[in-house]
Amino acid sequence: MTMTASVETLSASPTTVKTLVSPGGIEAWHVESSVVPLIAVAFIFEGGSAHDPENRPGVAQMLARLLDEGAGEYDSDAFQERLAGRAIELSFNAGNDAIGGSLKTLVKHADEAFELLRLALTEPRFDQDAIERVRAQTIAGLRYQQNDPGVMATRRFFEEGFAGHPYGRPTSGTPESVAAITRDDLVDMHQAIITRGRIKIAVVGAIDAERLSVLLDKAFGSLPEAKPLGMIEATSLKQLGSRFVVDLDVPQSVIRFGTQGVAWRDPGFIPAYVLNHILGGGAFTSRLFQEVREKRGLAYSVGTSLVSYRSAAMTWGYTATKNERVGEALQVIQEEILRLKTQGPTDEELQKAKDYLVGSYALGFDTSTKIAHTMVQIAFEGLGVDYIARRNALVAAVTREDIHIAAERIFGDGQMLTVIAGRPTGL
Amino acid sequence: MDTPSTLFLRTDAASFGRTEGGGPEVSSFSLDNGLDVVVIPDNRVPVVTHMIWYRNGSADDPQGQSGIAHFLEHLMFKGTEKHPAGEFSKVVSSLGGQENAFTSFDYTAYFQRVAREHLKTMMEFESDRMTNLLLEEAVVAPERDVVLEERRMRVETDPSAQLSEAMAAALFVHHPYGIPIIGWMHEIETLNRENALDYYRRFYTPENAILVVAGDVTPEEVRKLAEETYGRIEPRGERPVRFRPRDPEPVAARHITVADPKVEQPTLQRLYLVPSCRTAQTRDCYALELLAEVIGGGPTSYLYRKLVLERGVAVNAGAWYMSSAMEDTRFCIYAVPAEGVSLEDLERAVDEVLKTIPEALDSEAIERAKTRLVAETIYSTDSQSALARIYGSALAIGETIEDVQRWPVEIEAVLKDDLASAAERYLILRRSVTGYLKKSAA
Repeated sequence: MTMTASVETLSASPTTVKTLVSPGGIEAWHVESSVVPLIAVAFIFEGGSAHDPENRPGVAQMLARLLDEGAGEYDSDAFQERLAGRAIELSFNAGNDAIGGSLKTLVKHADEAFELLRLALTEPRFDQDAIERVRAQTIAGLRYQQNDPGVMATRRFFEEGFAGHPYGRPTSGTPESVAAITRDDLVDMHQAIITRGRIKIAVVGAIDAERLSVLLDKAFGSLPEAKPLGMIEATSLKQLGSRFVVDLDVPQSVIRFGTQGVAWRDPGFIPAYVLNHILGGGAFTSRLFQEVREKRGLAYSVGTSLVSYRSAAMTWGYTATKNERVGEALQVIQEEILRLKTQGPTDEELQKAKDYLVGSYALGFDTSTKIAHTMVQIAFEGLGVDYIARRNALVAAVTREDIHIAAERIFGDGQMLTVIAGRPTGL
Repeated sequence: MDTPSTLFLRTDAASFGRTEGGGPEVSSFSLDNGLDVVVIPDNRVPVVTHMIWYRNGSADDPQGQSGIAHFLEHLMFKGTEKHPAGEFSKVVSSLGGQENAFTSFDYTAYFQRVAREHLKTMMEFESDRMTNLLLEEAVVAPERDVVLEERRMRVETDPSAQLSEAMAAALFVHHPYGIPIIGWMHEIETLNRENALDYYRRFYTPENAILVVAGDVTPEEVRKLAEETYGRIEPRGERPVRFRPRDPEPVAARHITVADPKVEQPTLQRLYLVPSCRTAQTRDCYALELLAEVIGGGPTSYLYRKLVLERGVAVNAGAWYMSSAMEDTRFCIYAVPAEGVSLEDLERAVDEVLKTIPEALDSEAIERAKTRLVAETIYSTDSQSALARIYGSALAIGETIEDVQRWPVEIEAVLKDDLASAAERYLILRRSVTGYLKKSAA
């Protein structure tokens, strides 16, 4: 029965994507679906927190939070009222490499929604009272998480693993750095990043190409041309073989561990992705799930994932166990990584992993918002509009030899960067 | 690298958006053994969401065994005579499916999402574990450790989660909604195989279950497959009784503080004991739903405008209402103080603003809130698994498909006077628990 699943899903793309270029020259990937009367838009501008001023991390995230806090003739409250009055959902976010956003609207309010999007992108006001409010909210959020073991472990992991590189700084900043951000910082970053040449767009919903073209020109056509941004130097995860403990008085320690990775745009990515699935991917069948959780009851949650930035790639993992069992958990994880690296997966294990990844790909295309976000990520990575149709065949073609090569690249000599937040005993 | 704060989001089970009368053509029927079936068509992709809901949740845990509903949910993955531990998960995974389960106060549910041709396989496995669970002693102890780690992760390392537990325990003076779904640490530690099997035999029956299938299927197909699988399970004769004590009429305003050296950002919350969609005598639950949106739904709400924008005493403020519950439930108001504002002063400001609720009820604000709530129901039709959850949870607490479908109409029909009256009758101090989260000396 597993064969049936693979054959069918291999040959079918989970969705039909078309490339659209508006009269004004705005390109978008478009899926037309008329069943539900809504439109979901996802967009990404290249450039993000890695471009924050060196001593003031947090600018890109603060910028993202301020774009819907007043634009054009509307102050923050008036802008929010226009959104809420038509149940238009607009939000922005920032990561290391990009500032992204999401728009969802009923078809009947599409004109207003795209107009508000245009205003947010091209005419944000950055009123001082809005800046101070968002600053206070951001600092409150940072303080709220300040002693959360997961947040502390993650923060230290990046500080150590990418020391001296922009990726080593906290993307949301610190209470001190956020306090120091100026209006000019925000305006400068807005001018540098929210520009035409940097954008990728994906649209899903009950709208045809003709009408969408008009709306695309409206929302994105008046963006200024791109300016050059500082280069972010290529780097890789450092401090492999080192272990750091962040002391915190809690009964359970959060563990973050990391090794090298393979970037999404690298031809070796798909084998690495299959390898990661076998080790610690998101199913109840992964080796770490079985060894750490099922057999030993060491943790509720354990897993690994590939992280792909513009200028670095890594594989990292997560678990949390009571302080007394941290040593045991780390040992099991280390042994499983070494075992997988030296022996590789069994043929059956590899086949089942591929069956899962092929069969489940379509499950990620079940809502308009999810489809739009998946597409825009693929566009951002430069993988081509046919990637969605090609992807399952790439997975199906992975061999044991490919896995072996991926394991060499990712695990190397088996050394990891490990960060533990809590009060582990007996290490 | 780090995710945005969850500080400003509600963490409790949400009241879901509902579908419009003109939404999907939902059909329902029952098998001869009493199993209820709901089918929600969605033909956009050849995928189905298969869910089985049991009408029992943590509020049905026997006294002294808090957490047993949730513990059993974990143990349901430990195999049957026919299918040893892990086999179901392996099959789901090799078919490219996804699966999980969750426990709430009033129900427990299991689901898989798979390509449509695998629906029958899911039904075979799921119906098998409805009655044939085989719990070997060796799997019980490690799984209890897993649950203890889950509780450590969610609660023992997080002072704000500890405040939420303490506030619920104070709000529900007698009703089991005051006990955490995952259970109290000291009681989870004592849960054993016998407790789990006793609970399983009592509640995991066809009469007590609801099958929800959403996706690329017809009701006829679902009926045929369900009869060939679930239909073979012997009925028990009647649905198990859920004994739920009622809370007395509250008389005492309560104050709770959790003080912990790890807290760097204080917060204020207040819970009120209010009727749910099941206990509201008139149409109060619709009024409360709309009231929460008007006074506390986002940056155009009354509380946000008054406390954050006008007075500047808070950096965030809002409200939510958990309408979906079998018995009386919670209405929450929360605020995060601005720098230098004490929780006492913030609470005073919140109470002053609440006294002026009639001012909040201008027709434009009410219209805006209605628009948002009704739009949510249309947005929810974009997700087959969201729809499956909406209908499953409604039926599991005793609502009907019609209740779900007329929800937008009921919301539209709420009048300004209904809102004022609901606020006046329910948002009163003797019905409330106020919680402070603050820093203590180390």
